[in-house]
Amino acid sequence: MLRPLSSSLPLAYDESHRFLPLLVALMVFLAAMAVAGALIVHGLIGRWDRDVTGTLTVQVPPPAEAADTASSLRERLHAVERVLADTPGIASAQVLGRDQLVGLIEPWLGSGDLVSDLPLPGLIDVAVAPGGAIDITDLARRLAEAAPGTTVDDHQTWLQRLVDLGRAVEAAVLVALATVAAVTAATVIYATRTGMAVHRRAIELLRLIGAEDAYIARQFADRAFALALRGGLIGLLASVPALLLVDWAARRVGSGFIIDLSVPAHGWPLIVALPLLAALLARFTAQAAVHRATGRLP
Amino acid sequence: MRQASVNSKTVVQFDSVSLRYGNGPEALQDISFSLSAGSFHFVTGPSGAGKSSLLRLLYLAQYPSAGVIRLFGTDTRTIRRQEVPMLRRRIGVVFQDFRLLDHLSAFDNVALPLRVAGLRESEIRPHVKELLEWVGLAEHLDSRPSTLSGGQQQRIAIARAVIGRPELLVADEPTGNVDDAIAMRLMYLFRELNRTGTTVVIATHNEALVARFDQPRLHIAQGRLAVAEAA
Repeated sequence: MLRPLSSSLPLAYDESHRFLPLLVALMVFLAAMAVAGALIVHGLIGRWDRDVTGTLTVQVPPPAEAADTASSLRERLHAVERVLADTPGIASAQVLGRDQLVGLIEPWLGSGDLVSDLPLPGLIDVAVAPGGAIDITDLARRLAEAAPGTTVDDHQTWLQRLVDLGRAVEAAVLVALATVAAVTAATVIYATRTGMAVHRRAIELLRLIGAEDAYIARQFADRAFALALRGGLIGLLASVPALLLVDWAARRVGSGFIIDLSVPAHGWPLIVALPLLAALLARFTAQAAVHRATGRLP
Repeated sequence: MRQASVNSKTVVQFDSVSLRYGNGPEALQDISFSLSAGSFHFVTGPSGAGKSSLLRLLYLAQYPSAGVIRLFGTDTRTIRRQEVPMLRRRIGVVFQDFRLLDHLSAFDNVALPLRVAGLRESEIRPHVKELLEWVGLAEHLDSRPSTLSGGQQQRIAIARAVIGRPELLVADEPTGNVDDAIAMRLMYLFRELNRTGTTVVIATHNEALVARFDQPRLHIAQGRLAVAEAA
């Protein structure tokens, strides 16, 4: 019959370790939320980046004083389209119809008469050919000559703000994860030190019969690993419904206006691995705490 | 410094050893003696004379405040920290208060030194069973120490001390809680171990036992070595 080495110290009866699973459960829950948040933001930014990279938006304002605004705008759009057609590197240029423009501003202004009466600018969605290099400044100048007031937006300003947002979220998540790890490690150190004080005589006995520091450290490390893993799994189980709830709530809002808030598939392995990572952190922390303490013994 | 006599088979050598706990008075003063391999000594003396302190130095629970102790030829002042466990494994200890782990069975308590030394379970089990049978505890392999009598606990403590066939056995009042018959049985076990080469040091109050076994004694009085009989 095999008898485990880990039973040499009565740690299973130790009150000082009882609260460890609860705390690790909470920490893993928070870590799962933080990681999921970071992954969702990262995914959104990536998706927006893909959507707008290789595209330009040309905005042609309606003439300020024209008797027939619609026909005048149409002429200006034709002029701009001709310039675009003559520009190397442009794959296509699609003028958005009035219905599409109204659809774009409907979420903010509603669908009443006010919108239909507004003098809307013309918008042209331009696709850049793969590998195409376009001098935006030169293009903007030529378009403005063809239709004064015309602007070109290559979305870089907006994208840069998104990237900044993504970096800020990632930094916040890293700080959150570091805090979670530090709290977990501090708790394990406290529990281990308390356990060592409680079992001082048993530890002295083990040392006197020839136990190496590593043997004693392994007793505490194995115990911390098992308890942290148990707590981590509880935290993980609690985080999954919470994440699914967020996903469900986001889907309920619907439409392309709100974004997809589900955790990307490639993020789940990382979230599922959190209990194991927490358990390994607890194990190594307990081991180090014991080695530090036994190193001071005669 | 007064030098104890040394030969190539010296297991224990104390040279002018003193021991002080904290800032208190010296528990042991200027102790010098040597024990050769295979010797058998009693440590005697009144309560509080320093017998247990001497034994604590012998099994490396304590280091001297002054003087030199050599165990198996190794100077305990200069030994590297990672070598201490190996040195301790060569020493079997019977503690006065037994120091059994109550969450473990009698079997597991006795097996502890072998597990600590990293032996495989298949090697451990037959030895432990055989020894527990020898000390009359074959029926109590799975019993927790707290469910056993003081005498039975003492026998478990002795079995744990000798299971690893130590080169030096240090016992602090090993027959204090057992009746005469068991005491004799345990003394025969120690003598048997001694005959196979183990150096035995037993601290005891039992003058009858000392007289019966007629072995040399180290007599401690007021922290000093009053008598050191040669083996």
